[in-house]
Amino acid sequence: MVGIITYGVYIPRYRITVEEIARVWRANAADISGGLGVFEKSVPDLDEDAATIAVEAARNALLRRSIDPEDIGAVYVGSESHPYAVKPTACTVGEAIGATPNMTAADYEFACKAGTAAIQTCMGLVKSGMIKYGLAIGSDVSQGAPSDPLEYTAAAGGAAFLIGRDDPIAVINHTCSFTTDTPDFWRREGQDYPRHGGRFTGEPGYFKHVEGASMLLFEQMGKNPKDYTYAVFHQPNAKFPQKVAKNLGFSPEQIKPGLVVPRLGNTYSGASPIGLAATLDIAKPGDTIFVCSFGSGAGSDAFDIQVTDAILQDKFRRDAAPTVEQLLKNPIYLDYARYAVHKGKIVMQL
Amino acid sequence: MIGTKCETCQKHFFPPRTFCPDCRRSGRIVSHKFAGFGTIVTYTVIHTANEQFEAFTPYVLAIVKLDEGPRMTAQIVCKPDEVKIGLRVKSVFRRIATDGESGIIHYGTKFVLAE
Amino acid sequence: MRAVAVIGAGCTTFGEKWSSGFRELFVEAGALALEDAQLSGEKIDAMYIGNMSAGRFIEQEHIGALIADYAGLATHHIPSTRVEAACASGGLAFRQAVIAVASGMEDIVVAAGVEKMTDVEPGASTDTLTGAADREWEGFVGATFPGLYAMIAQDYMHRYPLTREQLAQVAVKNHYNGARNPIAQYQQEITIETVLKSTMVAEPLRLFDCSPITDGAAAVIVAPLDRAREFTDTPIKVLASAQASDTITLHDRRDISTLDATVAAGKKAFRLAKVTHKDIDMVEVHDCFSIAEICAIEDLGFCRKGEAGKFTADGETALGGKVPVNTSGGLKACGHPVGATGIKQVYEIVQQLRNDAGKRQIENARIGMTHNVGGTGATVAVHILGRV
Repeated sequence: MVGIITYGVYIPRYRITVEEIARVWRANAADISGGLGVFEKSVPDLDEDAATIAVEAARNALLRRSIDPEDIGAVYVGSESHPYAVKPTACTVGEAIGATPNMTAADYEFACKAGTAAIQTCMGLVKSGMIKYGLAIGSDVSQGAPSDPLEYTAAAGGAAFLIGRDDPIAVINHTCSFTTDTPDFWRREGQDYPRHGGRFTGEPGYFKHVEGASMLLFEQMGKNPKDYTYAVFHQPNAKFPQKVAKNLGFSPEQIKPGLVVPRLGNTYSGASPIGLAATLDIAKPGDTIFVCSFGSGAGSDAFDIQVTDAILQDKFRRDAAPTVEQLLKNPIYLDYARYAVHKGKIVMQL
Repeated sequence: MIGTKCETCQKHFFPPRTFCPDCRRSGRIVSHKFAGFGTIVTYTVIHTANEQFEAFTPYVLAIVKLDEGPRMTAQIVCKPDEVKIGLRVKSVFRRIATDGESGIIHYGTKFVLAE
Repeated sequence: MRAVAVIGAGCTTFGEKWSSGFRELFVEAGALALEDAQLSGEKIDAMYIGNMSAGRFIEQEHIGALIADYAGLATHHIPSTRVEAACASGGLAFRQAVIAVASGMEDIVVAAGVEKMTDVEPGASTDTLTGAADREWEGFVGATFPGLYAMIAQDYMHRYPLTREQLAQVAVKNHYNGARNPIAQYQQEITIETVLKSTMVAEPLRLFDCSPITDGAAAVIVAPLDRAREFTDTPIKVLASAQASDTITLHDRRDISTLDATVAAGKKAFRLAKVTHKDIDMVEVHDCFSIAEICAIEDLGFCRKGEAGKFTADGETALGGKVPVNTSGGLKACGHPVGATGIKQVYEIVQQLRNDAGKRQIENARIGMTHNVGGTGATVAVHILGRV
């Protein structure tokens, strides 16, 4: 049975509030927080990037279970802020965890669903017997253009999932996807910031694809929302996942543990993965988890996951690495000026 | 943190050495993975930095004695007023510097204060 | 092994010498030394030149040949060798010259030092100086040269009773001496307040705890003692030459606040010269940073570990004290053209022993000592010189 062997998360300690960003652009913070359901977002330190976050998340995953890193046959990192345009983050991660050289690797880009796409690829390689373990990571230090609505939510963070067949803590029963060519949000090569279609990102973007993949999974599995203990949706803000959950028939209680965006912001490729990790942090054997990501461009990956007894057995040490809740504690707040320095938004003398 | 160890005298080396300074040619050097924990021996707060590090000032630089024995020089990720001689630290993976806008990114080890 | 003597010495002024290039600096110092020794250039048998980093400061290597050429000696085809040990380049160049004469291989040898540091941007010069430390395991991770000495200061002040004011007094004393040295970069006296109010560089070291960026050159000429009077009425005998090495990184040292290489070279020098501490009338030590002078006084044995702060504050290292330290103004006030410093130290002792030190003259100066350090203590050269 293919599933999640172990997982790990990393969230940088710095934060900036919606209120502080709104102050700079002379916008109404209450309106913005009210509209988005987001109050603050994570900010990377001066010396952090998608690669350092991916490494820390991967190392946290490996702290929880005794795995020989040389048995990891594949590493895939999904991000829209890879440090290099050419030179894979996955290679840096592979080296940093001791999985090199006998492994395959590549970087993924599919806006916010690059991490879940990596999970799907690892499932295929494991299921076919081509590899013993595959490491799938979604990690980002996403950029929002100054004063653009996305600036309020574009956050930093990542989660790593080790996929395998030997005693998973959660079995992935099934996955399916819904993909179209839709220009709801994009960034051209060489550009600093992404652009988006405003309200077009809603119905024709997020909702069409999340509902499309979710309905496809229900159909293929012969299941419905009541069959699941928890649900995790991509969370660009708090409103979209709450609305799509309602549209599909999930209750607010089902999505609660996985809804971290109000205090974290949208970690892009890390969003659904971190939501899933937050749910696994509190899950019990037998719990079922429905996951549906969304990446602009556009597509959604849906997963049917079932937690096993292994999650509470000695072989898996959940407490050996920080939970999402622990990583959200003790934040260090920045003002907009320092935030701009951290995000490279100030033109320095080169 | 992959360093080395001399099997002949049991001394650990990080940064790694391929030649044991005590045993020299009679030393048997092997690879050794360090746990990443240590104690601050001495430190400073750098206000005037070399070019590649100007954007990070003021930052804490310290000599850390790893639990396995060797001492190394590294930055501590903490506020300048938080650092003290004797504090326990643990290693993290961070961006050290870049060769300008188009050059290679150097990743490496820094430390954070351990609880 | 023959006895060796200094028969001539010359030194340029030290400072930001915008109008002097690298070659001009050397030629000026060399000419002064030859004048002093009443020696004609073609009598020179060999040259040793201390220089830390012409490659990075002026993108020039092959210094030995360049200097011989610009000294007008290219057609004489003498051996000319560049010696490098970071800030100890000058001290080592002097030792090499002494060895050449002592061994009988050469007779008249020039030991010089030259550094041109102001032709690059400040950021580039501090980065170049970081090459004196371990680039891979100190510089690469964010250490600066002042940062390394600051860590020594922090360790020292954690373990021994040194106050911030006592540390500042080192710079105050050296500026007092520098104001009485015509070649010194800084001619103004300062107070403890000047030091404590200056910009923080690396805690606890401030701008005035640190030696400056300087251009300058110095040259001395050595010869067998039994020929010295052919050239000078005031030959100065080299009583001892000692050199020691230690780990390149600060983190690998046995004791962060003790430069074991200074201890080793110092002990050896006293033994070779057959003199003791009370015989030393003045000593030029390597005060690249104020804390370096504190450690040097102790490591050379002039006072016990932990006591140099009080020793300094009590005036014992001032011109009128028990052990005048850095009568030249030291690296701090005289300036620190890296490769030249070790030779300038010899030049200063020669001035003192000949009674030519003007307003900073120590009475009855008979024996002097120099102490030159490379990096944070990985190389140390100690010399003892005496009036004949």
